[in-house]
Amino acid sequence: MKKTMVLGVIGADCHAVGNKILDYVFTEAGYNVVNIGVLSSQEDFINAAVETNADVIVVSSLYGHGEMDCRGLREKCDEAGLKDILLYVGGNLVVGKQDWEPVKKRFLDMGFDRVYPSGSDPKDAIADLESDLNNALCAANF
Amino acid sequence: MDGVLLIDFGSTYTKLTAVDIDNKEIIATSKSITTVDQDIMIGFKKAYEEIQHKIYNKNINFIDKLACSSAAGGLKMVAIGLVPELTVEAAKRAALGAGARILGVYSYELTRGDIEDIALKSPDIILLSGGTDGGNKECILYNAQMISKYLKDSIVVIAGNKNATDEIEDIFNEQDIYYKVADNVMPRLNVINVEPAREAIRKVFMEKIIEAKGMSNAEKYINGILMPTPAAVLKAARLLADGTSKEDGIGDVLVLDIGGATTDVHSIGYGEPSTSGVTVRGLQEPYAKRTVEGDLGMRVSAMSLLEAVGEKTIKRYISETPFNIEERCRNLQSNVNSIPCTKDEIEFDEAMARAATYMAVKRHVGFIESVYTPMGAIYSQVGKDLMSCRYMIGTGGVLVHSKTPKDILKAGLFTNEEAQYLKPKNPEILIDKDYILSAMGLLSEKYPNEALSIMKKYIVNA
Repeated sequence: MKKTMVLGVIGADCHAVGNKILDYVFTEAGYNVVNIGVLSSQEDFINAAVETNADVIVVSSLYGHGEMDCRGLREKCDEAGLKDILLYVGGNLVVGKQDWEPVKKRFLDMGFDRVYPSGSDPKDAIADLESDLNNALCAANF
Repeated sequence: MDGVLLIDFGSTYTKLTAVDIDNKEIIATSKSITTVDQDIMIGFKKAYEEIQHKIYNKNINFIDKLACSSAAGGLKMVAIGLVPELTVEAAKRAALGAGARILGVYSYELTRGDIEDIALKSPDIILLSGGTDGGNKECILYNAQMISKYLKDSIVVIAGNKNATDEIEDIFNEQDIYYKVADNVMPRLNVINVEPAREAIRKVFMEKIIEAKGMSNAEKYINGILMPTPAAVLKAARLLADGTSKEDGIGDVLVLDIGGATTDVHSIGYGEPSTSGVTVRGLQEPYAKRTVEGDLGMRVSAMSLLEAVGEKTIKRYISETPFNIEERCRNLQSNVNSIPCTKDEIEFDEAMARAATYMAVKRHVGFIESVYTPMGAIYSQVGKDLMSCRYMIGTGGVLVHSKTPKDILKAGLFTNEEAQYLKPKNPEILIDKDYILSAMGLLSEKYPNEALSIMKKYIVNA
């Protein structure tokens, strides 16, 4: 059975091109992509995930305000009953030239399972998805 | 000469319209008080005698007698879904388009409190949705269990996640619950599919609800009560806009129906952005959309109308009046049958109608939101853009009887002061002066071409 992914660009961010590319790549990789597009709020992601019974939420942020926009998403997911849903985030997450490792840590601390810097190859995310979703499946069986 | 008799069993009046099908003309109309408490046929027969009297020298043979009904409280429904902005909203739109009165909407898993609330409201039909196809199943299954456990006498239309339907059928079969299955109201995220659910609701209405309301004896005399009255109006609007395979329609329309208790707005059109650079957000809009404003009405809802629009809005539409506005509204609410006679009374009624028009259209249409981003302001649209809507049609007592219906309907047009509301900008304003919209919706079931010609002839410039 195909895994369902909610994909979108968070906040007041209207970068549509990368979103279309990711939609194409993940669909080709065999995922059921529910693309909520640009200018999406945390609530839009959560509502979409609840209604479609999604396995993973993939958040893009390209305009440097990702940290503000993403804060609290994990807590809201817990509140909405999306316990243990996978949260991925990637893009130009922060402003300026900051070291990647502390940025990554901040997002992991926020409850994201995977964090990708700009210029990442979507193939890495697909490989991560396969292993994370398999792990989740094993965990569910025990 | 062949004719068709169209009957509208309304909440107050039973209205008859006789149509000459060969010449595409209205021959006669009549009305009488609806008598649903005793026997609905008493009122019908009275109106029928009147119409026979009017056409006695014309030798008409009625080949069809078709009816719609909003008597006995209309079609009462509740809608159940999962997320309020998504399947709940989609289910609500499906039910409204089917001509229902929505008594309540419920989201997520039903609680015992919700169940009590539904039992108290005793809807005719429950519309059960939730989940996209292949999406969430738990919620709709849980709600089906709750219905089968606590609301065994319900009539249910199932229009949710298709992957849950088999199990729901098993649950309902076990308890002998009457149900009908339709395609999901939201098969994919933000994509709505309201027509199959509307059709299922209409079938249940014909098969079960007419009987439950004690109107089945009407079916001995007529060929069937085919749909709720508001569904007939929406159907007529759609036919007028789209046309048939033989004749073109007139294009996008907005129909406004101001009644005593509610104001209905119907719009036909996709409502896509008319300005460039605007992105659409949120749940897709139905092509044929109906909204019902339960707090905007001329009589039963006079006080809630005042509350909704505020005294200053009514004052804006009436320069001088001897009445105290609040007192007058309260008065009209307690005397629901009062007909305005004096100039002052008529002016007051028309000011109320303008206020209702203003608010009902504002709520029906979409709006533009500006979002400020590092790249400057960008615009997103929620709902339908009806700015380029070509026709605005008025129906309902206050508009039909008004000497200046155009002035009332103009209150619903686009203004620069509230430019974010995407109301019609420069439509041609028409009036349903013979009150035929619901009758034509019915006629179109069998004779769409004739119904279209008659509407084009009888719905005229205001």
